[in-house]
Amino acid sequence: MPYIPHTDAERKEMLGSLGLDSIDGLFDYIPKSLAPKSFDLPKGKSEFEVQRRLQALAAKNATELVCFVGGGFYDHYVPAAVDAIVSRSEFYTAYTPYQPEISQGTLQAIYEYQTAICRLTGMEVANASLYDGGTALYEASMMAVRSTGRRKIVVCQGVSPIYRVMLASYTTNLHLQFVEIPVDGGLIDRKKMKAAIDSDTAAVIVQNPNFFGCVDDFTDVSEAAHAAGALVVCSAYPLSLGLIKPPGDMNADIVTGEGQSLGLPLSFGGPYLGFMATKMNQVRKMPGRIVGATTDTEGRRGFVLTLQTREQHIRRDKATSNICSNEALCALSALVYMSLLGKEGLRDVAGLCAEKAAYMRKRFSEIPGVSIKYPAPVFNEFTIELPCDAGAVIGMLIEKGFAAGFPLGRYYKGMENSMLVAVTEKRTKEEIGRLAEALEEALS
Amino acid sequence: MKLIYEKSVPGRRGVRCPDSDVNTKIDIPETLLRKEPAALPEVSELDVIRHFTALSRRNHGVDTNFYPLGSCTMKYNPKLGEQVSRLDGFAALHPLLPQLLRGGMLTQGALQVIYDTGHLLSEITGMDEFTMQPMAGAHGELTGIMLVAAYHKAMGNKKTKVIVPDSAHGTNPASAAIAGYSVVTVPSNERGVMGVEEFKKALDDETAAVMLTTPNTLGLFNTDLPQIVELAHKAGALMYYDGANLNAILGRARPGDLGFDVVHLNLHKTFATPHGGGGPGAGPVGVREKLIPFLPISRVVKRSDGTFALDYDHPQSIGYIAPFYGNFGVILKAYSYMLTLGREGLIRVSENAVLNANYLKNKLKKHYELPNDRMCMHEFVLSADRQMKNGVRSLDIAKAIIDRGYHPPTIYFPLIVHESMMIEPTETESKETLDAFAEIMIELAELAETNPDALRNAPVTTPVSRLDEVKAVKNMDFSLPE
Repeated sequence: MPYIPHTDAERKEMLGSLGLDSIDGLFDYIPKSLAPKSFDLPKGKSEFEVQRRLQALAAKNATELVCFVGGGFYDHYVPAAVDAIVSRSEFYTAYTPYQPEISQGTLQAIYEYQTAICRLTGMEVANASLYDGGTALYEASMMAVRSTGRRKIVVCQGVSPIYRVMLASYTTNLHLQFVEIPVDGGLIDRKKMKAAIDSDTAAVIVQNPNFFGCVDDFTDVSEAAHAAGALVVCSAYPLSLGLIKPPGDMNADIVTGEGQSLGLPLSFGGPYLGFMATKMNQVRKMPGRIVGATTDTEGRRGFVLTLQTREQHIRRDKATSNICSNEALCALSALVYMSLLGKEGLRDVAGLCAEKAAYMRKRFSEIPGVSIKYPAPVFNEFTIELPCDAGAVIGMLIEKGFAAGFPLGRYYKGMENSMLVAVTEKRTKEEIGRLAEALEEALS
Repeated sequence: MKLIYEKSVPGRRGVRCPDSDVNTKIDIPETLLRKEPAALPEVSELDVIRHFTALSRRNHGVDTNFYPLGSCTMKYNPKLGEQVSRLDGFAALHPLLPQLLRGGMLTQGALQVIYDTGHLLSEITGMDEFTMQPMAGAHGELTGIMLVAAYHKAMGNKKTKVIVPDSAHGTNPASAAIAGYSVVTVPSNERGVMGVEEFKKALDDETAAVMLTTPNTLGLFNTDLPQIVELAHKAGALMYYDGANLNAILGRARPGDLGFDVVHLNLHKTFATPHGGGGPGAGPVGVREKLIPFLPISRVVKRSDGTFALDYDHPQSIGYIAPFYGNFGVILKAYSYMLTLGREGLIRVSENAVLNANYLKNKLKKHYELPNDRMCMHEFVLSADRQMKNGVRSLDIAKAIIDRGYHPPTIYFPLIVHESMMIEPTETESKETLDAFAEIMIELAELAETNPDALRNAPVTTPVSRLDEVKAVKNMDFSLPE
């Protein structure tokens, strides 16, 4: 039997040591009346047969499309060394580092990851990871609720609609009040935002760059939030922070986001990486694992899981979160990615994305019938307005070999003609040109 | 060992970024740009590889040696899973693709994997439908309790409490509380399980659900289960099955047949996907028919022409609990594991997991206290109480196990056993491994009598010795200052 070493002789011998003559004796505690009514599963297969089946299924997915779809999940290049490291089974076959003396590999890596996230976001402390950008935003909202003792959350519609629907699901029974603030010219509507922030507000949630691709400086929103005693939560796109002003510099209190752009494959939606960073004064309210530096009995530096009294295995129903397993291996991918690119490399990749977006935005603005929806600056993604339904146009372009963008009408009423287009360092001028031509043809 | 930041050399570069082919300047105003690049390491690719290879050698994984960490099911993770999850047709697939017009037909293979895996799990557990979205076990618990809440709300039931036995994982009470319920803890009886009498005292009309781990965290199957299920259902409460220990009963009992209404599974336990040093896992949730309307959207459905599609039309759904379809890469690994083992293989899993646990327990019970001396399921809990008389705690025994090349058992959980050591060998370990581990454990029991100090100083073979956890809390050093 694959993966199970016992021979029949060994089974017999081991059963004998227990005074049993059949395996059924081990299961006497399960009443016969509880035996499965059915267990109708296929017969096992050889590794080769399973591999072939999975290869055939993989071949039914079109990964040769030239990808301009983003929406918070991007087709960035992942250097070969990332997978080489996360494929080391000392990392991937370990569990949560409960025994620090034989887990320094994972623990030091998490400490280094926490450091990288702090430096990237401009914050003071990061946790070891959460499931994804959406659950991270939900956790941040609850953290703000706990921290302020208030129940109103003001959220900009520039925050990913995927995350906003997740937030709504999680908080259905928690008696929170959500107030949504529209965008104005692609950026937070300041007047409406500031009018909504009051002494009941726990959190103000923004995203930068926002879902429409626009880059903002929300320092004034932070000021208004802080004046009312609310916390500012910013969902960020970590790779963009190689170039753009970090949320910490705009006085965010909690920064979360999706770490997929940092060396993780798209993998049809996961596993991804939720990151979270905050200020030291909020650390005890933070969910998830945190690694801290300390020393051993001989004074050597070492790392441990710490501040565990926040967590479910100690505090049970009073814990800051129920999270246990997080996305440690994905955090390792992100750390290796950030180390390989380094200080200059991350800026270069982010810069290249922004240059290509600038080029592409200009190129697209020249297509008859296409206009640029928002004048605000963008990072690597922008919104275009078409003379017809964007979803239908995208469907036509799929036939031409392009995943051309995302139809905003899917989440925003009245934006049926708007399309979100993303570009990464992987896309060439030639591909951009071909898409522009295909779009022009589709519109004519 | 130095941190990667401490190996940084100004100006040194790792991977090279492509040259720009667009000859266009960034059009973001200076005020929106960062003043200084983020202070990431400046290292070469080889620096990175050496650094992380060195770190990996400071870790103990299942591939290193025996890892009997109770409750975590640290079984072997087949390499085929690693390979298939990296196939370009899966790894490079954008999750928004099936949400585009005509995109669904271009993701048929991936949608089928999700659909098939859910169906296999339904048959394995006796549930009617699964959602593959939850991204970890605790995430599955939260999803499951949200389903319970949605069900009661739709039925117009006023329910405020969730019952959890004291032997439960901490995630159970935490998940129930986070979903908005108050938690009622029921103590275990002298047989190590939640008894009917104790349960009756806790159960009332406001009980929304009863969360049970079966077999429980002591590795014991509760023979009162049928009665508990009946009482709960009479009171209008739903039965929640925490699948952490499903490995013990595969093919021997199905939660659905036992009367459970909601089930979460840990693919990283029973279905052999790697634990990743603390994730990513996957915690799919299965339900009985009456709860299907509340499952998260989107759902993968099979159409009459045999193709697969995403379905959103479920007005009673709790909504989105993941951005997409779950930890797809993990689902793939579990799927290939189930296909490989098949029916007879999965039955063999529970048989040999339970055989290994009882075999090892039998070898050790003369040397350590065994609070519940009966046939266990896939794991058992010893106590170091006898060794405590010489001042040796289970912590000391764990550290001495490390010096002998093994990963220690789970210690100090479950909380209801004093100085506990929870041992789960799993079915993938051979008799020789169990014999060798038993010898070590017996040697340590003897050492606790003859030379307890030798245990208290362990480990001595590791890159660091025991670490000062109090200092870690006090210093709050969570990142390297720039």
